[in-house]
Amino acid sequence: MAITYDQGLSFVQGFGAAIAENKAYLTQLDSEIGDADHGTNMDRGMQAVLAKVGSLEGADLSQLFKTTAMTLISTVGGASGPLYGTLFLGLGTATTGKTELSTEEWSQALDAAVQAVRARGKAELRDKTMIDALQPAADALRESAQDGATLEVALAACERAAEQGMQATIPLVARKGRASYLGERSAGHQDPGATSSWLLVRAARQAFTADT
Amino acid sequence: MKKLINRVEDVVKEELEGIVAAHSDLVRVHFAPNYVVRADAPVSGKTALVSGGGSGHEPMHGGFVGMGMLDAACPGEVFTSPTPDQILEATKAVSGGAGVLHIVKNYTGDILNFEMAADLAKADDIEVEAVVINDDVAVQDSLYTAGRRGVGTTVLAEKICGAAAEAHASLKDVAELCRRVNANGRSMGMALTSCTVPAAGKPTFDLGEQEMEIGIGIHGEPGRERRALATADEVTEMLTRPIVEDLPFKRGDKVLAFVNSMGGTPLIELYIVYRALARYLDGVGVKIERRLIGPYITSLEMAGCSITLLRLDDEMTRLWDAPVNTPGLRWGV
Repeated sequence: MAITYDQGLSFVQGFGAAIAENKAYLTQLDSEIGDADHGTNMDRGMQAVLAKVGSLEGADLSQLFKTTAMTLISTVGGASGPLYGTLFLGLGTATTGKTELSTEEWSQALDAAVQAVRARGKAELRDKTMIDALQPAADALRESAQDGATLEVALAACERAAEQGMQATIPLVARKGRASYLGERSAGHQDPGATSSWLLVRAARQAFTADT
Repeated sequence: MKKLINRVEDVVKEELEGIVAAHSDLVRVHFAPNYVVRADAPVSGKTALVSGGGSGHEPMHGGFVGMGMLDAACPGEVFTSPTPDQILEATKAVSGGAGVLHIVKNYTGDILNFEMAADLAKADDIEVEAVVINDDVAVQDSLYTAGRRGVGTTVLAEKICGAAAEAHASLKDVAELCRRVNANGRSMGMALTSCTVPAAGKPTFDLGEQEMEIGIGIHGEPGRERRALATADEVTEMLTRPIVEDLPFKRGDKVLAFVNSMGGTPLIELYIVYRALARYLDGVGVKIERRLIGPYITSLEMAGCSITLLRLDDEMTRLWDAPVNTPGLRWGV
């Protein structure tokens, strides 16, 4: 079973809806170890994305993801704008000319996107960032796909890994981003970026396993 | 939340409309993307200075645009970095053919957005150099953090480098000077209260009636240590000692002493802090050669202050004294 353009669109829209729904929660997490704007900023960006992507005429998945990327880069600000922009740009670059994706192709696109985010933000695993949700998610998806799992099973493993990675940020001491200024005091709080990244991976699972 | 605003979404836009209504002799404002440029931009043959960052730190940076200081400022949303397209458009608008210096405060978001903008500007054949200000001694500078934050020294660097650029120093020389100012400036701040980001609607953190936060940043991010409230003299020493020991400032050094309000602390208290600072520095043989006292790099309505010391050399002192004409700083004109 392949991932269609409509499912790609519903992934982007679902991510926007999840951000809107969790706007206050993300901002609350950010106020504990950051500067209390993650939900607000991501929501502003995704609302701008939602206003654009519904009406892309004859676009392929690459154009959909690139439009999302450029909109986030120009509307979000903060660190999240360039980082989520880079993530969607990575998805867009890896899906050039594609109108549908196999499980392997989605896995390769997510791998490329996570690599691009790591290069832009220079973060490693256990730095208490988005990467702590995204990297395990990309790893789990790749491993499931290599084992020949169905799309549903692979996406479920991907989402579970992201959720576990997000929860695993709670005891970590931040080494990147604004939370790192707190040193030891950043431990005991869930990372807001890892949380929005889990929402992204969850939106992908929901969209790609739904009938459209 | 009690604030003198209309709609939360319009805070930055309406502030910029107010700036242009008040200071159209000094600056022009471009909307969507938002940036402030000096009225006579671009100045041909002059190195242009562009800075920017989240809003909520007024007068920094928009209030420092004008003759002898910045050519452009890019205000982001409150406490949110400006976006690359915004920085790129501002860079293009002030480029006078002699290159553009980006003065960037060391925050992950600011660095990422300015880096993307510099890449885009270079693709448009504009020569861009970036200098990162990281003067906050409250943050451990190590491989395991995002590094020291850029705070009070930013204001001093913008003034001093702006004067050099006004005298037609090259991009390379202005960048070098900016790095020298950063290397000789150290800051530390404290908070008596939190602040409320308009879009968040409630205070960023809670601080009890008998508590204070030492080592606070300028975005309401908690500092490193929460302590029992102390007197102005004690607080001044808590801030000044780590600053002096960090560089270190030595007997015989001449400094610019900058006592800054976080927004909610009045001048009467800043002068009480300045009094203690002057005594402390006198005690360790450091001479205050120039001073700046007031709200220049603020954190919305947060009560508290920061202290910045900049070790001066003759060139920096001369450039500090040079004329400046901006909404936020004005002398010699």
